[in-house]
Amino acid sequence: MTGPFQIEYAGSADTSAQVPATPRNVPNRGGPVNPSATDLRAKFAAAIRRVDVVWNETNVYVAPEAALDIIRWLHDDPSQRYDYLADITAVEYRDLEQPVEVVWHLRSLPYRRFLRVKAQLTKNRPLEIPSVWSIYKSADWLERECYDMFGIKFVGHPDLRRILMWEQYREGFPLRKDFPLRGRFSRAEQLRQALAANPEARYSMEELSIADAFEDLPTDMRQRLRGGERTGE
Amino acid sequence: MATQKRTVDVALSTTGLDAEGRPQRVPLVTATDGSAVAVEAPPGIEPDLDGEHMLINIGPQHPATHGVLRLVLELDGETVVRCIPHVGYLHCGFEKIGEYRQYNQIIPWTDREDYLNSIGNNCAFALGAERLFGIDVTPRCTVLRVMAMELSRIISHLVWLGTTCIDIGAFTPFLWAFQERENVYNLLEGWVGARLTTSATRVGGMAADIPDGWLDGLRNFVRTFPKTIDEIDRMLTKNGIWVGRTVGLGVMSPEEAVNYGLSGPMVRASGVAYDVRKDFPYLDYETYDFDVPVGTNGDVYDRYLVRMEELRQSVRILAQAADRLPDGPVNVDDPRVILPPKSKATSEMESMIHHFKLVMEGPRPPLGEAYVAIESPKGEKGYYMVSDGTSKPVRWRIRPPSFVNLSAISKMVEGHLLSDVIAINASIDIVMGEIDR
Repeated sequence: MTGPFQIEYAGSADTSAQVPATPRNVPNRGGPVNPSATDLRAKFAAAIRRVDVVWNETNVYVAPEAALDIIRWLHDDPSQRYDYLADITAVEYRDLEQPVEVVWHLRSLPYRRFLRVKAQLTKNRPLEIPSVWSIYKSADWLERECYDMFGIKFVGHPDLRRILMWEQYREGFPLRKDFPLRGRFSRAEQLRQALAANPEARYSMEELSIADAFEDLPTDMRQRLRGGERTGE
Repeated sequence: MATQKRTVDVALSTTGLDAEGRPQRVPLVTATDGSAVAVEAPPGIEPDLDGEHMLINIGPQHPATHGVLRLVLELDGETVVRCIPHVGYLHCGFEKIGEYRQYNQIIPWTDREDYLNSIGNNCAFALGAERLFGIDVTPRCTVLRVMAMELSRIISHLVWLGTTCIDIGAFTPFLWAFQERENVYNLLEGWVGARLTTSATRVGGMAADIPDGWLDGLRNFVRTFPKTIDEIDRMLTKNGIWVGRTVGLGVMSPEEAVNYGLSGPMVRASGVAYDVRKDFPYLDYETYDFDVPVGTNGDVYDRYLVRMEELRQSVRILAQAADRLPDGPVNVDDPRVILPPKSKATSEMESMIHHFKLVMEGPRPPLGEAYVAIESPKGEKGYYMVSDGTSKPVRWRIRPPSFVNLSAISKMVEGHLLSDVIAINASIDIVMGEIDR
């Protein structure tokens, strides 16, 4: 793990030898399709629901249960090499009948490609989707944030808990469309809860999630921590 | 973690020169024969003496965490066994608020997330919204935005440099860096009237063209600024203390860096030549002549070197932009997004209707979605916007580079000493406004 490392150039596998250029006169619909979408159709015909090109970016709608396999193939296959996960997020539409979409923005640095993979989750079932943490470590916090804001459970994530809101937050998931802009509770209720909250709980061992080191601690320290003593100030 | 041996030509720049005019060599670690000068990375986790680990809490009100970051460290002696970062103390719900605002009304919010790169965020948001509208900005506006982005890159890197120097124990470069930052802010103030919260762009153009004589000020800055970089360079790059506090810390290999989603100087210091300006260009960056500095060791020292070189490259881009700035309008000629001139709005019926519709309803993009990424000083900053045809976005997502970069801190600090946590944390260049949003 020590340097000096070999320098890896983005676009190293791109044989077209074209210098990438600023897009101009981008059409709303249509235009060149990312070749990966065609490859995905050939490989996972049943799981690919729809492919469209919006403002020069290729959207691939996939079946939620197949999302992990598809993204793993995109990452591993030598003809794709989507090694960079730019973003994971979700979209809920104002029309509440429409499904919630989970969006992965993938980049293939060697081929200089950009692909948007989407999975639609219908609302009458629990919002669950496989986690891609096993492929991309960058998914760790991005999935936690998506869970925090939308309540989507990423199955297989090692440590799925809130990240921006605090652990004891009980008002729901802020970026859902049924969540009012000012929060669910009144200001008075929010203040009351904040004053009633136990600050000790912020420093509990469970919250620090170092449970496996817990057994290595000396007995007296464990007892003190179990009793709710603050471990840091 | 294996010890890393890397030889750096160590010299103190402030003391006297040797007989040949070179800075005096001050060995940090002298071999027994007195010849070799090598700086070694700190050893790995020391043997457990009595098994007692200590928990230590840094932040969220600690100045060395660059904002309201809280790190919970599990220490074995002075060595970090585990690091648990906690973020969210500055969460303001920008993305939620954006769903209730028209596109131009969101621009002031973009100032306040990564507040060191505010004018760059303005440009990035405008680029994203223009993609949703299908607008290409005018040639003059393109060049003006390039200037704005590179100026804000200089601001951000200078603040990074100054605060990191403070963290590591050097005070003087902080003053030099902030002096130059003041000059850039004076330029921005002369242009848009604001220093920190610029709100300089509009969908389809800029709020204001540059005033007369502004380019002379920019050229003056381009001429004088490299001297300051050279001074800081002389002060730090071969400084024994600086090298000793930064070499071999927080090493990320290229594969790890890409897998952890690092971007910007973080990923380039690890030897991955990925720069959005080169690989997925915007604003005609492919027509500018500039280099992308790449490190090969992936440690804090290389991140410093990469950022220093980026400052110089930004100056190169600024000089080219100042030379090529074309005449012409700043705003696109598109009544869907740009307000008509006030004189017409009060005298012509059609302009008055446009004015009324734009002010009361706001511009309405067609159905669609766009992810537009720029190379912000912190890394790949993306705005993902989804439109359902109304004047407010269904979803406005910020892809925060600091957030993803910071998520690798647990990996980077493990096995290092407590004091090195500060240096590694500083090297990520976080802005909590962007992480918590």
